[in-house]
Amino acid sequence: MVVSRIFVHGYGAASPAGWGIAPLQEALAAQTLLPPKALPRPGWDKPLQIRQVPPPQSRPAFLAHGRLRRTSPITQYVVSAALEALGGDEPLVANGSLRLGIVLCVMSGCVNYSRRFYDEALRDPATASPLVFPETVFNAPASHIAALLGTPAMNYTLVGDPGTYLQGLALAAQWLLADHVDGCLVVGGEECDWLTADAFRLFSRSIVLGDGAGALYLKRQSEGSSLAELSAISNSHVYTKRQTRTQAARQMRTELPTSSENTLLTDGLLNVKRFDAPETDAWQHWTGPRLSPKIILGEGLMAAAAWQCVAAVDALRHGSYQTANVSVVGCNQQAIGAQFVKGN
Amino acid sequence: MLFPSSQRPGSPCRVVITGAGIVTSLGLGWAANAQGFRSGRVALKPVTLFDVSRQRVKTAGEVALPAGLPLKRLSRKQANRLDRATMLLLLAAEEAWRQSGWSPSHNLPLVLGTTSGGMGLGEAYYRQTLRTPHGHRQQSTRVLHYQAQSQALTLADAFDFSGPITIIANACASGANAIGHAWELLRSGASERVLAGGFDALSQMVFAGFDSLQALSTTHCRPFDAHRDGLALGEGAAVLTLETLDHALQRNAEILGEIVGYGAALDIHHLTQPHPQGDAALASMTAATKVAGLSPEAIHYINAHGTGTPMNDGAEANAIRRWAGPRVSTLPVSSTKSSIGHLLGAAGAVETVICLMTLREQWLPPTSTLQEPDPVCLFPVVREPTDARVEHVLTNSFGFGGANASLILRRWS
Repeated sequence: MVVSRIFVHGYGAASPAGWGIAPLQEALAAQTLLPPKALPRPGWDKPLQIRQVPPPQSRPAFLAHGRLRRTSPITQYVVSAALEALGGDEPLVANGSLRLGIVLCVMSGCVNYSRRFYDEALRDPATASPLVFPETVFNAPASHIAALLGTPAMNYTLVGDPGTYLQGLALAAQWLLADHVDGCLVVGGEECDWLTADAFRLFSRSIVLGDGAGALYLKRQSEGSSLAELSAISNSHVYTKRQTRTQAARQMRTELPTSSENTLLTDGLLNVKRFDAPETDAWQHWTGPRLSPKIILGEGLMAAAAWQCVAAVDALRHGSYQTANVSVVGCNQQAIGAQFVKGN
Repeated sequence: MLFPSSQRPGSPCRVVITGAGIVTSLGLGWAANAQGFRSGRVALKPVTLFDVSRQRVKTAGEVALPAGLPLKRLSRKQANRLDRATMLLLLAAEEAWRQSGWSPSHNLPLVLGTTSGGMGLGEAYYRQTLRTPHGHRQQSTRVLHYQAQSQALTLADAFDFSGPITIIANACASGANAIGHAWELLRSGASERVLAGGFDALSQMVFAGFDSLQALSTTHCRPFDAHRDGLALGEGAAVLTLETLDHALQRNAEILGEIVGYGAALDIHHLTQPHPQGDAALASMTAATKVAGLSPEAIHYINAHGTGTPMNDGAEANAIRRWAGPRVSTLPVSSTKSSIGHLLGAAGAVETVICLMTLREQWLPPTSTLQEPDPVCLFPVVREPTDARVEHVLTNSFGFGGANASLILRRWS
């Protein structure tokens, strides 16, 4: 029998609203902008503004693991989201009866330790910390998740703009359908740093960076109850000399399957007109309900694309929608969309 | 659509290589590199790209960039903004593209491996934020172009193609994973052509990082030597034009070789140290031979990851012993990192092209700096450039975070 259907069996998040799905749900339901916090910027009197994951109410148990003691926030966010998404399947991974793949998607990645290590290297490379450097590598967080769960199966870290998260979902589907793995976590994560906040300020002073992570847990089978089915991911429409961001967004829109009346659009709007224009144009005729998580949570880059998907799946699970579209018009690489349908 | 994809029913497609480009400190292009490896030349020299006066180690495999670059269809503005990593990538891609005879395309997937993209630009950005906190000159350009997707998009613009761009950052296995992922896309029938490869330029931060770990050799890099004391860093790029056999035959393309196996596994032992017995390396090699339908007896040469660090080479030697069984005593193995250094995200792709050279030209590249083989190596380490009959070769790539990948190539005849 050829199996070609992919189901979402779990989701998790860490966001400026808090640790876990529940605070994310509450923040999106309230539709109230989360207040930004000040982040000092060396050399400036005035701080930068960011939306950061608040400190956890209690120290997460996973930090007791030897590999996780020295990790920076991005690892803690992605581990938390991954564990929440994996839910009851965690023991199956640990005992080797479930081959778990991991796809981690990042844009800025481990920027806290990268900045710190390079700063040390500039001051005096002879004393730069060997403990910090390994944590600067893009795939360190994915490696930590795997070590914590004890899975030696397929494990990729993808870098790119936020649309890469949907490419990560397609990669997971490919692994599942090729029977490389039995389940696959697709995690998007970022951590705030004054360096990235400073960089985005060069393009717009209205963008407030956020950080955190989102995760979906995909499987082939729909045994038991799935939260949703992944029904489509459009092509990746890249921005080249041939194709502008606006044209790419339009192409993405035309590829998503025709929607029923009961469809939610989870978009990537920020409330920053210049950045939103291509996506606004692509969906100008959309009359159905829509949700814009980034307006509430901040520009979380790869984490934000993951939150969009998590919010879409959550709406299918708890709402009256039959279908949810996710639109990601990334900042400097691609426009790409996905569609989920209600699970069984 | 990326999902559901247009996978072809029936048996998997065969995947062939129709173009290969390589840039290392040995030189630009196939001929210069083949000549360098065939003569056992070591191309490591004092670092000139950044200040290493306070580092323990002061040498690396720097590439001598040519005065003229293959700018193809890039605008003058784009050409003026090229960073070192993009230059390396363009040079390798130009050789592969020219050899393949490919035309511009609207749907050509690009899969690249890198560890640090345009890190040099990121470093320049950071230095300026400290030096002139309120000065923004050129900063937005640096922000945009240090990201790996920028190098990929520049490549697409230069050769006038578009399609999904996948950038795999699995540390030093990235290049091998990129080629392996491309192979899987073609094999499943999801694509007919994929441009794949790896690239990394030397950067101050990464150099300081490896030096801080005391992973760099303070003498000379001697993979598999009993007295090895570390690796040498290098830089470069390699790009392959990959296509299904049917597609290549349809257009009468010259076929350089075939990729027949790929395996990947994760070592969860430690973030930077392999399991001493090489468990994940064994898993990736086993997976690659299984999917290729080959036994270790059919492999005629292994291009090892062979960094020259005490721990890597010991673990890899153990993995090869466990994987090869009785074959181990006659299986030639070498590490070409002795000549060009460790190219990080480019290593897997560059070493795939070196394997292609061995298949096309029927010789084995040496571990040119080896003096006294470590007794842990039960296999013969190739010490001199050697003519040999080579039908199948295997190349290993391992990285921080435990990323392990193995590729198997077959001679095309």
